[in-house]
Amino acid sequence: MLELKNISFQVDDEGKGKEIIRDVSITVPESKLIVVTGPNGGGKSTLARLIAGIEKPTGGRIFFSGEDITEKTVTERARMGIAYAFQQPVRFKGIRVLDLIRIAAGKTLSVADACEYLSSVGLCARDYVDREVNASLSGGELKRIEIATVLARHAKLSVFDEPEAGIDLWSFRNLIDVFRRMRETIEKGSILIISHQERILNIADEIIVIKDGNVDRQGPKEAVYPFLNAGLVAMDALECEGHIRAMGQGGAQA
Amino acid sequence: MKLDEIQKRLLQEVADLHEVPEGAYNIRSNSQSAGRRSTANIEIVSKEDVSGLEIRIKPGTKRESVHIPVVMTESGLKEVVYNDFFIGENSDVVIVAGCGIDNCGNQDSEHDGIHRFYVGKGARVRYVEKHYGSGEGKGKRILNPGTEVHMDEDSYMEMEMVQIKGVDDTVRTTTADLKAGAKLVVRERLMTHGEQNAVSTYAVELNGDNASADVVSRSVARDHSFQKFDAKIVGNAACNGHTECDSIIMDQGRILAVPGLEANHVDASLFHEAAIGKIAGEQLIKLMTLGLTEAEAEEQIINGFLR
Repeated sequence: MLELKNISFQVDDEGKGKEIIRDVSITVPESKLIVVTGPNGGGKSTLARLIAGIEKPTGGRIFFSGEDITEKTVTERARMGIAYAFQQPVRFKGIRVLDLIRIAAGKTLSVADACEYLSSVGLCARDYVDREVNASLSGGELKRIEIATVLARHAKLSVFDEPEAGIDLWSFRNLIDVFRRMRETIEKGSILIISHQERILNIADEIIVIKDGNVDRQGPKEAVYPFLNAGLVAMDALECEGHIRAMGQGGAQA
Repeated sequence: MKLDEIQKRLLQEVADLHEVPEGAYNIRSNSQSAGRRSTANIEIVSKEDVSGLEIRIKPGTKRESVHIPVVMTESGLKEVVYNDFFIGENSDVVIVAGCGIDNCGNQDSEHDGIHRFYVGKGARVRYVEKHYGSGEGKGKRILNPGTEVHMDEDSYMEMEMVQIKGVDDTVRTTTADLKAGAKLVVRERLMTHGEQNAVSTYAVELNGDNASADVVSRSVARDHSFQKFDAKIVGNAACNGHTECDSIIMDQGRILAVPGLEANHVDASLFHEAAIGKIAGEQLIKLMTLGLTEAEAEEQIINGFLR
């Protein structure tokens, strides 16, 4: 469904070209859940932005549903069926949660239908549907709304950049169910999740490890999992768990 | 009452009116009264010395409304109108004003509405004023509203002032003085485009204990337009004042925000906030990942911002 062929991405670093992604080739087949993991700063988020079209690769081609989308804009890719959940969701003054979900759905959803999406990410829909997506929302609330907007898109390919970051423990547990349900409801739909989280790695069909801008290892979960650099993943997972616990204690509403 | 299609469209834009409104009203069309109705509690009479109206609302009048929209469709008209509102004690009313100008000609059309409000003790007023311009002529559409608000003890006034489209030149001057316990809330929404110029000046004096004012402007300046927002709050008692100017600039638009606070009492608590900037790139990208084009994304962001 999605194929990255020899993708490179360079940025200008004080006159010198700095390679963030080096000659990466990966494939996301239909109806699969792929988890991209690896150390921080390894290029994972850049990969997601390249897929969504927010960044353009400096080398290589991207194919989606058999079509070369390398030159396509963010909007065109979205309309072809690529959804993307930001790691750090954006705030808008005056735009309500309902408006955002309706835009995502691409049609005038009833309030009840919009509420379904909010409920599935653990937000009490009635309390949130008329709220503005502004600074009055906490980071965790915003993150869940971000995930709800991607659910509302029913996209062929949904890309999530660290969906667990900044989310409280309650919704983290439910997040796993959200991804499971997505797999069941979107026919032939695939999900690509960037994550360090062990429990998300656990539900993957395939795992891709990105390190220093390159594919370190990729394959079915059973094959890659044992080879994951134990120290690296365990440490990141611990860090993440600690963060989640702290957020949970912060009284984030469930 | 006879109104043509253009006049009806203007009325809809400025007062959300499709037909004759409920309650008291006066519709002014091309400097003539096109219809008027007083009610048992609200009396509308013409001034004798100058052009304009006196609107008298009896004390204790509850849940009633007054509509006094103005429409202009003749090119080259220039008028100054003085409307005085006497709002009786403990009443609770909605006043809808507003002016729509359609200028297809080459001469400027100008309406300067001077509104004075005398808000009685304990009265509550919601005032809505919308300005709208249309027409392809070279003549400018000019609106210079002057608003003077005198608020007695424990009164409350909420002013919603909207100018989104088509007015070429505006100088809006609003002054208010508040006695003890009175509260003034202003919500201004402004969008300018083309070569438009808009100046909005507020001077609010808080003269009694527990008086408060909250003046908030949200605006968008596009193309080559210019806006100036000048909001001053003077605290002469134990009072609370807040002004906020939150603006988006686009294209070659320019905005000047001049917030002013003057505290003349040790218990006066006054704040101002002002922020001007273009639409954040991340906001556009987020909406584009939901399938909107850049132009559609921009429209959604502005519509939300000016909601």
